[in-house]
Amino acid sequence: MMQNSLPDKQGLYDPFLEHDACGIGFVASIDGKKSHGIISMALEVLVNLTHRGATGADPLTGDGAGLLMQLPDAFLRAECKALKINLPPEGRYGVGMIFLPKNPHLQDSYRRHVEQIIADEGQQLLGWRAVPISPDAQIGYTAKASEPAVFQVFIGQGITPDEVDELWLERKLFVIRRRIENAVLGYSKEEVKSFHIASMSSRTLLYKGMFLAEQVAAYYPDLSEPAMVSAFAMVHQRYSTNTFPTWDLAHPFRMICHNGEINTLRGNINWMHAREAVLASPLFGDGMKRLFPIVPEGISDSASFDRALEFLVLSGRSLPHAMMMMIPEAWENHRQMDPDRRAFYQYHGSIMEPWDGPAAVAFTDGRYIGATLDRNGLRPARYLITKSGLCILASEAGTIAVPPEEEVQHGRLQPGRMFVIDLQQGRIIDDGEIKAEIVARQPYRQWVEENLIPLDALPDGMPVVEEQEPLQARAHLFGYTEEDIHLILAPMVQTGEEPVGSMGNDAALAVLSDRPVLLFNYFKQLFAQVTNPPIDPIREELVMSLYTQLGPAGNLLAETPDHVRRIGLSQPILTNRDLEKIRAVTMDPLRAKTLSILYPADAGPEGLKQAMVRLCNEVSVSLAAGYGVLILSDRGCSAARIPIPVLLATSGVHHHMIRSGSRNQASIVVETGEAREVNHFALLVGYGASAVNPYMAFELLTDLAGRQLLGGEQDPEQIRYRYIKAINKGMLKVFSKMGISTLRSYCGAQIFEAVGLDRHVVERYFTGTVSRIEGINLEAIAKDALRRHQRAYSGSLAYQDGLDVGGEYKFRRDGERHMWTPTTISLLQRATRENDYGLFKEFSRTIDEQSQALCTLRGLFRLKRVPTPIPLDEVEPASELVKRFVTGAMSFGSISKEAHETLAIAMNRLGGRSNTGEGGEDPQRFKPRPNGDFARSAIKQVASGRFGVSSHYLVNATEMQIKIAQGAKPGEGGQLPGHKVNEVIARTRNTTPGVTLISPPPHHDIYSIEDLAQLIFDLKNVNPAARVSVKLVAEVGVGTVAAGVAKGHADMILIAGGDGGTGASPLSSIKHAGIPWELGLAETQQTLVLNDLRGRVRLQTDGQLRTGRDVVIAALLGAEEFGFATAPLVVEGCVMMRKCHLGTCPTGIATQDLALRKKFTGEPQHVINFFYFVANEVREIMAAMGFRRLDDMVGRVELIRTEQAVKHWKAMGLDFTTILHKPDVPSNIATRCIQPQDHGIDHVLDLKLMDLAERAFNNKKPIEIRLPIQNTDRTVGAMLGGEISKRFGVDGLPAETITCHFEGVAGQSFGAFNVNGVSLHLQGAANDYVGKGMSGGRIVVRPHRHSALVAEENIIVGNTLLYGATGGEAYFRGIAGERFAVRNSGASAVVEGVGDHGCEYMTGGVVVVLGRTGRNFAAGMSGGVAFVYDRRGDFSALYNPAMVTLQPMDDADEKQLRRLLERHRAYTESAVATHILAHWQAAMALFVKVMPVEYQRVLAQLKAVREREQHG
Amino acid sequence: MGKITGFMELERATPALRPVAERIADWDALYKPFAEERLQEQASRCMDCGVPFCHNGCSLGNLIPVWNDWAYRGEWALAVEALHRTNNFPEFTGHICPALCEASCVVGINQEPVTIREVERTIAEQGFARGLIVPRPPQELTGKRVAVIGSGPAGLAAAQQLTRAGHTVTLYEKAAHAGGLLRYGIPAFKLEKHIIDRRLQQMLAEGLTVRTGVHVGVDLPVAQLRQENDAILLTGGAEQPRDLPIPGRSLSGIHFAMEFLGQQNRRLGGEDLSREQAILATDRHVVVVGGGDTGADCVGTSVRQGAKSVTQIELLPKPPKDRAPETPWPLWPMQLRLSSSHQEGCSQEWSILTKYFEGEDDRVRRLHCVRLRWQENEGGGRPQMTEIADSAFSLDADLVLLAMGFVSPVKSGLLEELAVALDERGNVRVNDRYMTSVEGVFAAGDMATGQSLVLKAIYGGRQAAREVDAWLRGGETVLP
Repeated sequence: MMQNSLPDKQGLYDPFLEHDACGIGFVASIDGKKSHGIISMALEVLVNLTHRGATGADPLTGDGAGLLMQLPDAFLRAECKALKINLPPEGRYGVGMIFLPKNPHLQDSYRRHVEQIIADEGQQLLGWRAVPISPDAQIGYTAKASEPAVFQVFIGQGITPDEVDELWLERKLFVIRRRIENAVLGYSKEEVKSFHIASMSSRTLLYKGMFLAEQVAAYYPDLSEPAMVSAFAMVHQRYSTNTFPTWDLAHPFRMICHNGEINTLRGNINWMHAREAVLASPLFGDGMKRLFPIVPEGISDSASFDRALEFLVLSGRSLPHAMMMMIPEAWENHRQMDPDRRAFYQYHGSIMEPWDGPAAVAFTDGRYIGATLDRNGLRPARYLITKSGLCILASEAGTIAVPPEEEVQHGRLQPGRMFVIDLQQGRIIDDGEIKAEIVARQPYRQWVEENLIPLDALPDGMPVVEEQEPLQARAHLFGYTEEDIHLILAPMVQTGEEPVGSMGNDAALAVLSDRPVLLFNYFKQLFAQVTNPPIDPIREELVMSLYTQLGPAGNLLAETPDHVRRIGLSQPILTNRDLEKIRAVTMDPLRAKTLSILYPADAGPEGLKQAMVRLCNEVSVSLAAGYGVLILSDRGCSAARIPIPVLLATSGVHHHMIRSGSRNQASIVVETGEAREVNHFALLVGYGASAVNPYMAFELLTDLAGRQLLGGEQDPEQIRYRYIKAINKGMLKVFSKMGISTLRSYCGAQIFEAVGLDRHVVERYFTGTVSRIEGINLEAIAKDALRRHQRAYSGSLAYQDGLDVGGEYKFRRDGERHMWTPTTISLLQRATRENDYGLFKEFSRTIDEQSQALCTLRGLFRLKRVPTPIPLDEVEPASELVKRFVTGAMSFGSISKEAHETLAIAMNRLGGRSNTGEGGEDPQRFKPRPNGDFARSAIKQVASGRFGVSSHYLVNATEMQIKIAQGAKPGEGGQLPGHKVNEVIARTRNTTPGVTLISPPPHHDIYSIEDLAQLIFDLKNVNPAARVSVKLVAEVGVGTVAAGVAKGHADMILIAGGDGGTGASPLSSIKHAGIPWELGLAETQQTLVLNDLRGRVRLQTDGQLRTGRDVVIAALLGAEEFGFATAPLVVEGCVMMRKCHLGTCPTGIATQDLALRKKFTGEPQHVINFFYFVANEVREIMAAMGFRRLDDMVGRVELIRTEQAVKHWKAMGLDFTTILHKPDVPSNIATRCIQPQDHGIDHVLDLKLMDLAERAFNNKKPIEIRLPIQNTDRTVGAMLGGEISKRFGVDGLPAETITCHFEGVAGQSFGAFNVNGVSLHLQGAANDYVGKGMSGGRIVVRPHRHSALVAEENIIVGNTLLYGATGGEAYFRGIAGERFAVRNSGASAVVEGVGDHGCEYMTGGVVVVLGRTGRNFAAGMSGGVAFVYDRRGDFSALYNPAMVTLQPMDDADEKQLRRLLERHRAYTESAVATHILAHWQAAMALFVKVMPVEYQRVLAQLKAVREREQHG
Repeated sequence: MGKITGFMELERATPALRPVAERIADWDALYKPFAEERLQEQASRCMDCGVPFCHNGCSLGNLIPVWNDWAYRGEWALAVEALHRTNNFPEFTGHICPALCEASCVVGINQEPVTIREVERTIAEQGFARGLIVPRPPQELTGKRVAVIGSGPAGLAAAQQLTRAGHTVTLYEKAAHAGGLLRYGIPAFKLEKHIIDRRLQQMLAEGLTVRTGVHVGVDLPVAQLRQENDAILLTGGAEQPRDLPIPGRSLSGIHFAMEFLGQQNRRLGGEDLSREQAILATDRHVVVVGGGDTGADCVGTSVRQGAKSVTQIELLPKPPKDRAPETPWPLWPMQLRLSSSHQEGCSQEWSILTKYFEGEDDRVRRLHCVRLRWQENEGGGRPQMTEIADSAFSLDADLVLLAMGFVSPVKSGLLEELAVALDERGNVRVNDRYMTSVEGVFAAGDMATGQSLVLKAIYGGRQAAREVDAWLRGGETVLP
């Protein structure tokens, strides 16, 4: 069915995991007038978005590009005439744009199919046209290899009923297309690969292919024909994570092109399937089933979205209406929203869950063309309206050069807002108008009010029936441990939050554990990295929602009041009372049925399967009886009755219902004793539960309270409230790390990877979940459940005194196994301190044996040795091997100066590399010490907080590392509480001592893969000599992400294991997010090799590496470099206290406390000893395996064996074939890095600037430069700034030394990492990331002097400005996009309006906003100050009050403000500034000062200290 | 963890010893009471480590951080419960354990470690004082009979565990009272004997039968026991002391430490000593040969009996005052350990080799010694000793106490009759399930391992009990 030539699933590579992102755009004539110019302009837009796409190993093969336009009747008519095809009048025929195989036989066969189905549907085949292809078109060899034959098929409207609506023909064409697509499913896989219907419509026509932007027009001569006219043309430049020839995956699709990622895809697809059973529409009649599946498996997220949208539109909803259903605004917490609109969303929430994820979607049905953004506004979209009635919308401004005097309006799409052009009416319909119209279609509000029942409004049910069995027995039965009670449950009530821990996870994987492990633990949370951003659920709470509903869902295609006859829940954790209310509902269709998930304990391990069969039967019976809520309950356990693991029951029922087409008939509610921690609830919801009642957790908490063990908290209601709050908060965190905002779209989205479950279990009960190494079967799951049952009922005295000790979080001799034990820690410390290799061998033997005793996957590997080892002295020397070793990214701040510098000195002495971590570095460390030691960290990390990331910092790097995620808490941010930010830390982070520093979960300049490419480009510009690395965390799909990163020109990719350490992270993240590096690394190696990308990027891995054997296995799986963090810390004295987050490290490592730091005894030599020991061990193994050079081992997985290794009853089911798969590629495809990346910085504008500035460098005399600029000139100023930092150090040049004047629209990252002495003045506009990381100097952006725009009403710069800026000043005459001055810590800026989330995470500097702000202003703002000119008086509703207060201005403020405004006026000639300065007193009354509470306190303290010093 | 910064704020403190003059005048406990609040404060110094080395250093695997915290918070019931999960007799170990845990305490890396043993002792005492330690008889009986022979810590622990598992257990002891070395070896000032009685009360109430004064293999044929019982567990200790076969050894006034210490304990216990010769240090020059804990016990006992002088000599060199570099944390430190007894009046000498005893009237009067030099062995292995030329000297000695450890269990009687196999050191050989070469006969404690610490004996007893239980059930044990 597709052209798709993605390789088959093999090894760890799975084509389903591919991602793409891109640049989108359209050009439209608002009055609907068709012209060829529109198409040419759109093609120009496309070419100017080239940098948002990518190329793979083949430089001429793009990832895909295309153009969607109105059906060009005149052109086609002329063409058909030549072909002797008679076209009916416009609107009475449709055109299918079809990719066919080149093989003539196959081609004929497909054509016959098409023709037959057209006839079958009573329509007329008018004829075929071979679409001309230019013989000169230079497309790449990869694209060529799978090039299809492109045909247009003309279909005339045939038999037509008497009364038809305007969409009748479109619908018929849709039916024909779906039938053809389903028909060709009968072909073989290879054959199907070369068939695709790009479009089939009477309204639109689509030209696309596997192109680079400029190839589109060159390939299709049609597009250059003057007769080819359209009122709009929509274009898309794709950036995919792979390099495989996939003509069909190029955008646009039939209705949309999409920039972003649908995170909830798995769930959306499942729910769409679930709906099919009840779909009914008179428009389609009885033949509906032929159209299924609405969303087929195996297509991309965007393609899936397109399918669903198309279906909604064809079945009667307008295009904007359908878009509102699929990408709703964040209405849940939006108090200012019109109640009718809220009701609309609430109503549709019961029909469809959001397709959640970052998205800029341009859409059209031929009549409307428009675009919308996701609720969080995470993708850019700028538009320009011209005097001649053109609208140009694209991911970037300036994609077409428009004379300034032509401009009428510069705008941008805003979060959740829609922008629509009605080409028939010939006008733009704004968000308010179009939505008001749609919202008024039906009395949605009345329907909601009359039908939707809030949980609170339900009457109480019967009191809960108390359990008969003793609490302790039941606690055993559900596997509670002492740790669950005292480390998880109790702290949640005491603090209202999930408990925090530190260091990594060194405990056995669930499938390797000897202990009875809960089924929950076999699942690892997935998280967003690179291809989409995680969300900050705290600071951006306004987009998050736990709202959900219970009850059956109606027919998607109808709209009735009954659709919303449901129970509304504000969050999914039910108290016992809540549950009894639901249980007591007797009203149809919400009647609840309780189904017991217990089964006879004496049924043995085999009994579980029968129990599931019985349960599913009961579900079917209940559904047939009309129940709308199913309560799966494990109450009533006893010696005779054992519960099905609740996750199995829930997911099993969920999938049973999906399979039987009944999923939408009832909601699943879970009443369970098993769920207790955040991850459990996330899993239950992720596998289909709408709500959960954790009755045992409540009971245990009440019991604790009764024993005075909850810190005095007694009130049961309060206890439940706090527990629920902690779980809720934790769940939001879990959702948000995947970039998902709403519970409704998380529900059933299965955002997990199973590690250690066999395929039968997964296929049947967790359908669609990734599980790659097989593992335990249903009987083994049952065995674990039985073992828990035995604890309760075997009469064992071991379990009479209390619960199991656990030992998951802390080492316990009788608890879970760990790698770091008293024995291994002490052996390693003694070995390295005494420089005793013998002791080290004892250490590594112990570790490797533990490893084999089933703590890690690699423990089960065997290395193939040669019969005659080579002599050790022929093996690469240890002094060479140690250069491949790096220490982990630990910030100065998370660890002490002593610990940090000791590592740096050691690594510099070795020739390895240490890492700054996120937190900057004291410039004093950039100079070698008199004794020759060098405390500079070679690797400079660039993390989401951008702390201390300045031009000077970057130029002092050997490697610049972009940390996308970290193993202990992928997808989460971090926080350094104010009390830990001392003078030195504040200095290195460019912030104020005592002020809390928040690292956001995402990089705010990386929401997508092309954004990462941009950041790599930025960094490379600042410091071309340093390599750029990207740190990813192992999870399913990391290989495809890595492929995208390699295409984004990273020099090295680090695959971190999910077990890596942390200074502070929620326990569930340490334990349950991320997978072993063995899997991630192997997947990455395989994917890169398959894509022929491996040759240009190095691979590194880390995550609990300790021994030579670990290194060898990593090399064989594909790594060239190796990272160690915990082990060197242990060498320095760490004893795995796991108290880093408390700052009380007793060995002076993870602390800033002076007294404790004095206890630090680590020495560089100890660290050096360690690395030499490891290197020597590596050499010994190399000799035994017959290798002289480590490079020769890289990727040699065939030398790993696993036979005989697995003896454990649970681990027996494991199958490592996928890990040990070696892609079958020709010998010329590199399997390790053999060539450098081409970073494309050889022609940047800065080279010219540097040339021109050379004079200023030499004599520091001021110079001025004047140049034009355009959107393809990216990161202007960064290389110049880097050069200045390198030559002149942190202070740069004297102010105004180099002044550049630009005209035009600047590309992304204008003025990034600008430095002192450089002023960048731009007339025109700029795109995203202006002033990113600015360390000094000045940036001015103002409209072109010839522009007639009212500057303060138009967008002039894009999103995410001044991100992480540490100094300098910026003046913007006009409005900026979202997240203005995010994490600014030192820059001053004036702007005339900002979008949502302004000044987010700001820690210093001054921001003046002379116009409106969006919502959520100052969220997470802990320092600095903002002045907002609140002319409308609505600012108090727009800011986020969590960390700031609004204050009147004092004299000093006034002075500061006046100075900034005067400069703003001087640089930009701002009308607003002029007005304010002219009416100063009146204006002052309207200014609001936004002051962080903590910052104010710190400043007051500083002031007091200073005064005391003066007086004292 | 109750108090995060406890270890940063507080110094280690332990109960004070009573003044020497006061304590050598009686046989009562050495220490002054310690206020409950101060103890709780001390417990707060525990850091609740992610990797608690103490918990691993302790042979029993005591859940030290857990009960430290409960003690800090005054949650005595929970503390008692947690403590008894791994240790049947924390009041014994709380008094006399050398506290391997404290040697490996993480606070001890660069400060004085947490006073873990004191916390343990206090929890146990609080447990008894508050009535939290009550008999826990089995809920149902298995009908299986087990004989445990020897009532030292291993036998007691095993007997209690097996009784609780529902077996009908008889504990045999050749002495008049149960307790083994706890009762007869350790001086009362270190472990007051009512502490043992208190625990025995609990055990009897749980259904244990104790038969004292029965010397199995002597008074009672083993064959009979085997017939009457489904399983037998040997916990008879390693009672064969190491001798000093040098000229003059046959003189009177030369005794093994245990003869001396045992007699004093029986004396204090009111046992009838009329039929044996009193071994008393009163007005004698006492020389204790052997520098270990038993030697120290001999010193303290001699002082209390009114010795004229007490000298303790040791073959090995004097250990360093602080932790020796060869035994860094968390290893058990080689270092000088001064016991309370050494403050009570004695001289100590190291690197002394005893050459011969000199006597008068068949009674020992002098001890002739020579000083030694210890040298590193170049080829590794044990250090070498050489006698220092012209260093011979002599000591006045009219009571010599040999405290040089034990070599093995006593073979005659029980072991010979059972014909169990022995290992190369002469201990009873057991497999990894604690069973001897004779089916159904198990062994634990010093009898199987050679002489060791009380806590190891308790651990051995507990582990053996699991195996006996499993064997009797023919399946999984119910014991922890």
